[in-house]
Amino acid sequence: MSRLDTAFYDLGRLDMLAEQDSIIHRLDPRVKVITTLLFIICVISFDKYEVSRLIPFFIFPALLIGIADLPFNYLLRKLILVSPFVLFVGIFNPFLDREVLLHIGSLQVTGGWLSLISILLRFSLTVGAGLLLIATTGFPAICMAIKKLGAPKIFAVLLLMLYRYLFVLIEESIRMIRAYTLRAFSRKKIRYPIFKQLLGTLLLRTLDRAQRIHMAMLSRAFTGDIKISRQFSFRTQEFIYLAGCAALFIFIRFIDISGILGKFIMETGL
Amino acid sequence: MSHHIVEAKNLEFTYPDATHALLDISFRIRHGESVAIVGANGAGKSTLLLHLNGYLTPTSGHIRIGDFPLTQETLQEVRRTVGMVFQDPDDQLFMSTVYDDVAFGPLNLGLPIDEVQSRVTAALETVGVLGLKDRPPYRLSSGQKRRVAIATVLSMSPDILVMDEPTSGLDPQARRRLIEMLQTFKHSKIIATHDLDMVTELCERTIVMHEGSIMADGPTREIFQDEELLSKSHLEKPLTMQGCPVCNSHNNSS
Repeated sequence: MSRLDTAFYDLGRLDMLAEQDSIIHRLDPRVKVITTLLFIICVISFDKYEVSRLIPFFIFPALLIGIADLPFNYLLRKLILVSPFVLFVGIFNPFLDREVLLHIGSLQVTGGWLSLISILLRFSLTVGAGLLLIATTGFPAICMAIKKLGAPKIFAVLLLMLYRYLFVLIEESIRMIRAYTLRAFSRKKIRYPIFKQLLGTLLLRTLDRAQRIHMAMLSRAFTGDIKISRQFSFRTQEFIYLAGCAALFIFIRFIDISGILGKFIMETGL
Repeated sequence: MSHHIVEAKNLEFTYPDATHALLDISFRIRHGESVAIVGANGAGKSTLLLHLNGYLTPTSGHIRIGDFPLTQETLQEVRRTVGMVFQDPDDQLFMSTVYDDVAFGPLNLGLPIDEVQSRVTAALETVGVLGLKDRPPYRLSSGQKRRVAIATVLSMSPDILVMDEPTSGLDPQARRRLIEMLQTFKHSKIIATHDLDMVTELCERTIVMHEGSIMADGPTREIFQDEELLSKSHLEKPLTMQGCPVCNSHNNSS
């Protein structure tokens, strides 16, 4: 199976996870979007050299994975898949920032290394939270939630359409690449000139399809606004969840748990 | 009441690249009638269908749907009256779940939520896929997609169903079930297709198109008996009317 096929089934799996039933899954999507945002703000608000105080934040994804019964390995794989991009953002920090900030025994740790580790931790926390949001809510519900929360209409509609036709686009590309490989024989990689043509064909097909979709929308009385029938309700459990998460994040944000814990161990150790 | 529900008069259409797609098309389709539009590839069937809900505007001539002439002002009303099922269900199912997709039309018509809900349930029940209402469209089979596509239109309770190749890409049993389902519908039906066997079962009347104009318009049985007409318009007698070649050869040899 080609890598594109695998990606296709992988995406579908994230969607299937959102169909599970748990306390977290049943919550109003809006409350999950808000808590995720809050979480991300708390995580990125630390100083760039901060490492130890970020670690307690891992309790939130851990709790979600536990309560919502999600496959940890699968989510970890997704995270590792995008990590190279982030690694490149911070890879030069150890060479540029050589000021020694920390001594562990005889090992000297420079600011560059600390900021690189900090970037990686933040990445795991924020992107992980995003993945968990999708896995517990489902992409369409998130789009509808952000629309209800007051995001621009066009933004929500574009995201919805993007998600829906991503699958069609991948299927179409898989068919094209399959047709190519079947007649390319020994040639493994697609040569650049041919790749250009395939991409062009795909673009033209997409434009054609966009036109047909618009036609289908018009013939069902579309006037420029996608209305959504799903009703959301803010009940007691949503309030409890929101208050609980907010309290947890603020506690971790302002109280140095790692520091206190470290001091405690040192004192008892001594 | 037997008013003419779809009427085309001297319809002509030329694409911007100067292809004459429709030439002097005139017909009347009455309430409750089931009409097939057949013809070779590129005969103008799809172009004609796109005129029926006002997606394309005729270069000359005009169309009446029910009591309205088709104009910019009546467009919304006409689109509610004419339910259009497109050839590729992936174009028709653009929302992220089956339920949202079927609810799309009724919501646009501004119906209250309760009414939308009952209409969606009724439409999905009619086509027999109520159990799939929370599925995303990419996890449906072709037959299921086709059924949902029909439900998206039924939920707007149209008077006229217009379908482009409803049986293409279906396996024989899915095709059979679709035909049986369409037989139970009381709507006026206009079906463009190459599936002439389906036509003999569903449509009492057939319009044959060739190179943008109407070659023949009459009762399906008569038209499919006219072999000269059929071969001129790149068609052939439906298999059900040909007599069985296996039995015949068997009879001849014995």
